[in-house]
Amino acid sequence: MEITQEQKAFALNGDEAIALAIKQSDVDVVAAYPITPQTIIVEKFSEYVADGEVDTEFVCTESEHSALTACLAASATGVRTFTASASAGLALMHEILYVTAGCRAPVVMAVTNRALSAPINIHCDHSDSMVERDSSWIQIYVENSQEAYDSIIQAFRVAEHPDVLLPVMVCLDAFFLSHTLENVQVLPDETVQKFVGERSIPLVTGHEGKNVPFKLDPANPLTIGPLDLYDYYFEHKRQQEEAMQMAASTIVQVHDEYGQLSGRRYGNGLVDAYRLEDADIATVCVGSTAGTTKSVVDTLRAKGVKAGLLRLRTFRPLPIAEIRNSLETVEAVAVMDRSNSFGGNGGPIYHEIRHALFDAQARPHVVNYIYGLGGRDMPQSIIRNIYTDLQEIRETGQVNSYVQFAGVRE
Amino acid sequence: MVNPAWKFTAAEIAEKPELFTSGHRACAGCGPAIALRLVMKATRGPTIATNATGCMEVVSTIYPYTAWKVPWIHTAFENAAANASGIEAALNAMRRKGKLQTHVDVIAFAGDGGTFDIGLQALSGAAERGHDFLYVLYDNEAYMNTGIQRSGGTPYGASTTTSPAGDLIPGKTQFKKPIADIMVAHDIPYVATASIAYWQDLLIKARKGLEAEGPAFLHVFAPCPRGWRYDTSKTVELARLAVETCTFPLWEAVDSEYILSPQSKIIALKPETKKPVREYLKMQRRFSHLFKPRYGHMIDDVQRSIDKRWNKLLKKCNILPRE
Repeated sequence: MEITQEQKAFALNGDEAIALAIKQSDVDVVAAYPITPQTIIVEKFSEYVADGEVDTEFVCTESEHSALTACLAASATGVRTFTASASAGLALMHEILYVTAGCRAPVVMAVTNRALSAPINIHCDHSDSMVERDSSWIQIYVENSQEAYDSIIQAFRVAEHPDVLLPVMVCLDAFFLSHTLENVQVLPDETVQKFVGERSIPLVTGHEGKNVPFKLDPANPLTIGPLDLYDYYFEHKRQQEEAMQMAASTIVQVHDEYGQLSGRRYGNGLVDAYRLEDADIATVCVGSTAGTTKSVVDTLRAKGVKAGLLRLRTFRPLPIAEIRNSLETVEAVAVMDRSNSFGGNGGPIYHEIRHALFDAQARPHVVNYIYGLGGRDMPQSIIRNIYTDLQEIRETGQVNSYVQFAGVRE
Repeated sequence: MVNPAWKFTAAEIAEKPELFTSGHRACAGCGPAIALRLVMKATRGPTIATNATGCMEVVSTIYPYTAWKVPWIHTAFENAAANASGIEAALNAMRRKGKLQTHVDVIAFAGDGGTFDIGLQALSGAAERGHDFLYVLYDNEAYMNTGIQRSGGTPYGASTTTSPAGDLIPGKTQFKKPIADIMVAHDIPYVATASIAYWQDLLIKARKGLEAEGPAFLHVFAPCPRGWRYDTSKTVELARLAVETCTFPLWEAVDSEYILSPQSKIIALKPETKKPVREYLKMQRRFSHLFKPRYGHMIDDVQRSIDKRWNKLLKKCNILPRE
């Protein structure tokens, strides 16, 4: 056992686990607006505030747009900030997501993945966060509430790392995780506080030529968020891409350090491969569907089918080398997308997995299943059928349909 | 509420360092640039400023240059008050954790588009939550940065690029939103109107807004020669005429109690000194179509609207009996 810290198990749903992680992470400003199914996070945190268990400044804004703006401005003032949203709320934040990343503000946000309107639907799919994949936010998708707790704590270290300075979204499946009780192992408060530490503020060269802390500080005035035209904007965007690349190694390093503390690891922090070493066929997914899929893989393995699963934990930055290394020896791959790119011939994860495998030595067949939109359940039976399809593709070398909808009334 | 120490004499102000410096790229005769320079002269200590997208953001911070000698942040158009909320929350958190000992003032600047229209929700929310900050609206009565489009702050009759005076429609057909009254209705500690023509009054009001504990709102009238179509040398003259015609009366509301400011009070006490709005309109080509016989009646409409709002204000200030 490498667990170095005594931990206690609490029965928590995903939202409560996140609220607890925020409480332990010495967050200075929480600004948020309620939206189902994120509400428990903010309600639980409000109780901590009301009972004096935290000395966080809690701002109940009049919209998600203002919630993220307030976090961004507070973060630019030099403190640690958190918000949470979902679905329409995240869509309303869309403009400020880009601004937050562009201002290099290390805000951490929980996204309880919920379908986008219309028709209005409060249940799980990934269309809300997938559409934000180009916003320069780091995206981590968790499989269970334990991972939600662990990932939030890690997120502050990743976001605030001087080589990264990018905001982080921790995405958890609505209701399947946000509202479902689970045993969650909780680290002692002091251990978490020590792990996240004080937010470090890097020095930058200010407009007066001095090296000054990168924050709004009356002693060292900086102009943040200026008009930036064709003479510098491009370089600043390039720096964001470099920061994203730095984020990958930082995620691995922070995940490993946390693993030593807690005894919990999720693959290498970027991808979580399950029984893939010798797999002939494999699925790829993000989020809680991985749990169900692992169970299907075990059943198939017991029958001698060499099935495996690759769960993407980190979707941004896209761990392209890990994806290629994990899947290039597999013969047929099914990507399960809980969102669709309408008219785009498949879901976003499918596109990126195919992109990652294009340069593989032996390029596997890659097919796509759009599933679970609006919270439609993804039972083992559907996942088994997907593996059956993969076996057929492997045997015949023929793909009948590259993109299918799984579990939909036809 | 006025501290006698805030004399704000010309000599004193001249000596105070420029926190919004020269070298910015505002147009000749820019009213908002005067407003910002004056407000920054009224600061009382460490200050953080934030700016909505708009003329003043664009002219003052073209990377890698900046006109700001205080920490300053711009994030978007509709959220200046949310920026201020976040900054204030961060300062409170730092103070509570013993990481900040001094008081830091927070000022949000936004134009009429960023206040009357797209930023109203964030402003109303921040006012309701009671954040301690001063919101300065520099009102040049249209979206000037994008090319003179009408806003909720554009006055009746004005020709803009989205309310052009045409053969059928004579410019903007709606009246200006009474934004400062809307802010008084939020029951915040301090609301005032000010004009760049009366710099001392503006400075005192800006300082009062900073001294107020809680949200303060300062509505500054700031003419724009490009958008209003007048000679760049006439900015201050026009701003003064707006007060003298009661187009833009000067007042304060301290804890929601209205008080007429001296320049407008003189007119209230000597109604014969109130100038006809025609004088103000005729100086600006955005109103030139109103002087054609066809639309002449609209000048009377403007005058009636001004008289009505003025009388309403006098009642609120207890100069005319309340109904």
